[in-house]
This record gives sequence, structure tokens and C-alpha cells, in this order.
Amino acid sequence: MSIAAATPPNSYRTGPDEHGRFGIFGGRFVAETLMPLILEVEAAYNAAKIDPKFAQEMDYYRTHYIGRPSPLYFAERLSRELGGAKIYMKRDELNHTGSHKINNCMGQILLAKRMGKTRIIAETGAGQHGVATATVCALFNLPCTVYMGATDIARQQPNVFRMKLLGAEVIPVHSGTATLKDAMNEALRDWVANVENTFYIIGTAAGPHPYPSMVRDFQSIIGVEAKAQMLEAEGRLPDTLVACIGGGSNAIGLFHPFLDDRDVEIIGVEAGGDGVETGRHAASLTGGRPGVLHGNRTYLLQDDDGQIIDAHSISAGLDYPGIGPEHSWLHEMKRVKYVSATDLEALDAFQMLAKVEGIIPALEPAHALAYVQKLAPTRPKDNIIIMNLCGRGDKDIFAVAERLGTKL
Amino acid sequence: MSTRIERRFAELKVAKRGGLVVFVTAGDPTYEVSRDIILSLPNAGADVIEIGMPFTDPMADGPAIQASSLRALKNGQNMPKTLNLVREFRAKDQNTPIVLMGYYNPIYSYGVDKFLKDANAAGVDGLIVVDLPPEEDSELCLPALKAGLNFIRLATPTTDDKRLPTVLNNTSGFVYYVSIMGITGTRAASDVDITAAVGRLKRHTDLPIAVGFGISTPERAAAVAKVADAAVVGSAVVNKIAAEIGADGKPGPRAAQAALDLVKSLAAGVRAARV
Repeated sequence: MSIAAATPPNSYRTGPDEHGRFGIFGGRFVAETLMPLILEVEAAYNAAKIDPKFAQEMDYYRTHYIGRPSPLYFAERLSRELGGAKIYMKRDELNHTGSHKINNCMGQILLAKRMGKTRIIAETGAGQHGVATATVCALFNLPCTVYMGATDIARQQPNVFRMKLLGAEVIPVHSGTATLKDAMNEALRDWVANVENTFYIIGTAAGPHPYPSMVRDFQSIIGVEAKAQMLEAEGRLPDTLVACIGGGSNAIGLFHPFLDDRDVEIIGVEAGGDGVETGRHAASLTGGRPGVLHGNRTYLLQDDDGQIIDAHSISAGLDYPGIGPEHSWLHEMKRVKYVSATDLEALDAFQMLAKVEGIIPALEPAHALAYVQKLAPTRPKDNIIIMNLCGRGDKDIFAVAERLGTKL
Repeated sequence: MSTRIERRFAELKVAKRGGLVVFVTAGDPTYEVSRDIILSLPNAGADVIEIGMPFTDPMADGPAIQASSLRALKNGQNMPKTLNLVREFRAKDQNTPIVLMGYYNPIYSYGVDKFLKDANAAGVDGLIVVDLPPEEDSELCLPALKAGLNFIRLATPTTDDKRLPTVLNNTSGFVYYVSIMGITGTRAASDVDITAAVGRLKRHTDLPIAVGFGISTPERAAAVAKVADAAVVGSAVVNKIAAEIGADGKPGPRAAQAALDLVKSLAAGVRAARV
């Protein structure tokens, strides 16, 4: 079923089509109970998109609450150490709540308010999206229920506590493998039962249309800022963009504004777990094939019978057997190159950045950094790479300490 | 040419009673026990059999059917085996309609054309695919209709009068009314709500209406069969199977009988409903 990338389209930025498709990917594969609401969300979002008042509200909270724009930081020492390209980091880990997730949560909760919804639900893997959702729910005084896999709760205790402090109810999910995909199943089950008053804030650029494009739009502020900041700093566009990918929201946020700048090389880094060759990984594009899950058609880790296979990654935020549908399309169109980094490479990059730049990254962007570590030395000194530093590592120190055999 | 499903609902109309649609998951808890149950369902009083195609991530199902899917998968159930189950049934029973119910990915993975061909050959009469709303009709619904299978759609309390025609268009065999907002096997709808909903659907379609979700006892099945063309029972039957599974994970000797006993009492309830 895959489409060969024969002739490139005039633009890579026009998707999705009216059916919510990027090529064959995307769509609205949901139960009928949800369908009327999905259509309502789409209509509300289309109206909000062209409403200057909505844009003003977003701008206000971005500036005064999230703390945007985030810096585009020239990592001079890291660049020197690696001995090749100039490495810039888009510092979305400096956002309020410590990751890019809040960019999207702010947009979705403002939309939920416009729609008159009175209850918010979310799924979370690493807990960053859960924390960001709980945060905006506190800000706007809406009750918040976060579904989180029991496995993830065990490895992300600090974020579980944060969510509770923020007033959210965290419901452990024991079904399936008790990770992000099961949390998403459970959130969808809640939504089916509570469609009338509930808005589901999906954390990544996946799910039924319009979520993939809506989340992308809210996250595109990353790329829009980075582009302007790069032009100001260097007077030109970067040569390469690098971002980590689980569902792919930080990546599509950085990439999308650059998709039609054909000279900009774009690289997504999936979680290689123990190594893609071992079968224990979370690299849907590298090791999966197209299928339908959670409302969209996209690349999935699955067996020969179409049963979903557990993802494996040290990073709870990347531990998902699917990927946003737009990434699947960009992969097949060959506009974006998708690679992977293993747990060990990410752990190494995590520690390296702390020592070299004084920045503790989240394990998720540590995967992007692991690839930058390999790439930068192969490039000339006038080459420019932007890496999306989409989250900070405070939440990960316990998991990393355990992996390194350090008792805290 | 009419389909088995159409013929069965015509017979029920003549008999002036509501039907009983029974759901079980293929291969739950094992292929053998599941086959024993399915082969005995017509004698136990099931008018239509829905066979669940197990999936790892059944997002519209409650804990009972989630667990039954995982049991089946753990014991090696897959699509070829599910189709084989239908084939074995059809060799013994030419009249009872079989509807395969599930999620799209295992079908998509098997290949839509191959699936339709093999399902037809095995003796499948209809399909219910939870995550294929009318917006995705070109995926499976239209090819299935073309292949001569019924495509049965779910209508829900959120499907309003404006949307109903969209849902009913390309629906055939019967309409499955999901009587609650929620997942399978959890809460139950009131008689008043069900009566009103069936009345509303009947204004939009001549197709038979089967009502499901949250029906677990003979009394509830009877109450539903009084106002609808059929009552669908799934989780309650699956729970009977689950209760007979031992600590070692293996089904006890009564697993099939326990499920069939419930079906018999449900069938008695449905048959007494309109007397």
C-alpha cells in the first residue's frame, strides 16, 4: 500500500486533506460514539484558527505563562568538543513545566473552553504531557484526569507527584503492557463514556483527525521561532534539523515550518531501545509497517497478525508503538530522514550534555543529541545544526541513576 | 438473493419474537473450548452469532472483552484460526448467521481483499468493525458490500437525527444500537431510553435493530427483545467463561457449559418477552 516518492509535491505543508489524510496516513478510525464529537472538535478548531481573538489569547499565554520565545542557544563548547558543525539548541526545556508539551496543552485547553467543555482528560507516558495538562487545568480551573500506565508510574514518580500537586487525578492503567499505548486506550474509553462534557487533550501529533494537524499547529511555534532566530543569529537557514520522535509532536513542531525549505536536511531520531535489530525498541518507522491504531493509519510496531507489539525504550516518552501520521507520510515521501538511537547512546548523551554544557536534558531529546554526536563531527565547521532540546531531565534523574547503578 | 442475516430476521418477524445475538471472542479461552461453545450456540438458543476477532488494543471494549481478547491471543488465536472456526461451524450449520466483530488493524494487516474472499468462503455473513465510521467507508465497508457481505454499523446515543442518515447509508443486515455512551459490559440503559432510541431509529430505517452494551441477564434481554428486533449479549457470556478459568490459566471442564447455560436462560427470556 505504500506510495513511492516519485515526484515531490509542490508543497509538503498543505496536508492533511479534507479526510484528515496525509497521503494514505491519518484519517478518523474511531468508534461511532466519538465521531460526532471529533467532527465538533474539527469545526471548533477551524473556527478558532481564523479567529484573531484566539490567536491573541494564545500569544498572551505563550509570552506571560509559558515563557516564549524559548532561546535558540549556540552550544559553543559542545560544538568545539565534537569538532564539526555549529550546534544550536532550541531550548524548549526552559518552558514552564519543563518541556514542549505545554505549547499544545495551552492551545487545546483554550479550544476546550471555547467549546464549553467542563472536564479534561489526558494520557501520559513520561508524565510531561500529564504535567502540562494538569498545569493548564489548574490555571483554568477545570477538573483533570490523567491516565498513565502503571509501568510508567513506577519509573516517573516525580511527575506523578507533580500532577497530583497540580490537582489532577492520576489513574494507573494496568491493562495491556501498562504503558503509553494502554493509557491512550483507557483515555479513549473514558472519552466514549463522557463525550458530552469532556475534552480529550491528546499529547502527541497522532490520533484521529484533526488532532495530528492541530497538535502540529500548536507545536509549530517551535519551528517558527527557530527559523526567525536562526536568520537573526546567522543570517541564513540551518543545514540540518534534528529532533527525537515518539509520537513526534516536538519534531513536527520544529520541522513543519522548514518542510518547504528543500535545502534544509531534516532528521527524526526514533528510540532504538536495545537496538532495532533486537526487536526491543520503539522505532515505528525503522521497524514497523502501516496499520491502524488510536484513530489513525500510521506506521506501527505489530506482528504478522496485526497485533500491536510492545515498544521498548528507556525513555517513557518515546515508548509508543506508533508515530504521528504526518511523519509516516514524510518518511514515505523521503522528505525527512528517520534514524534511531539506542538506550545506551541516549544515556551517554544525557551525561555528556550535563558535563559539557551544564544542561541536563530529558531522556527523550538525549536520543536526538546522541545522533547529533555522531553527525556533527562529520560536518564542516561552517555547517549549522539545530537540535530540539524539547525537555529537561529533572524527571529522569532517578531512572538514570538506577540504570547507572547509583543509589540516591 | 437474501443473506442469512436477512432470512433470520424475517423468520423472527414471522415468529413474532425478538432475537438473541450472542457474542463470544474467537479462541477464548482456547480454540477448542471456543469451538465447542460456538458449535452449541444455536441449540442453546442464539439466533445470530457474533464472533470477536481478538485485538491487542480493543479501545471500545470494557475489561471483560479486553481480557477475553488477550486470553485468546495468548493461546495463539489469529485471523486464519478465526476464519477456520467459522468454517468448522458452517460445515455443521447452514442457517445461523455469523457476524465477525472487531477492529480494523487485524483485517488491514491480513489484506482487505484476501480477508473478504476468505471470510466469504468460510461462511461469514456480516462484519462489524468498531473503528470504521462512515467517514472511512472506502476502506472496508464498500468492498464488503460488493463482496456480498452485510456491513453492520453501530448507532449510538450520540448519533443524532442529522447524522443518522450518514450512519445508515451503506449499512445492511441490521443496525446495532449501542444503548449507552461507553464501553462494553459496563453500565446499562433504561427501558425508556431504549424504547425511545429504537423508535427513533425505526423512523429512519426499515432494517432490524439489535440493541447491545450492558445487557447481562435474561430479564434485561427480555425487556430489550420486547421493543427491539434483537438483544445482543457479550460481556456477560464472556464473564461466564472467565469465571471457569483456573489459577493455572487453563479453562476448567465447565467453561463451555457455563457459557451455554447463560445463553439458554437468555434465550428463554427473549422467547417469553412478547407472549
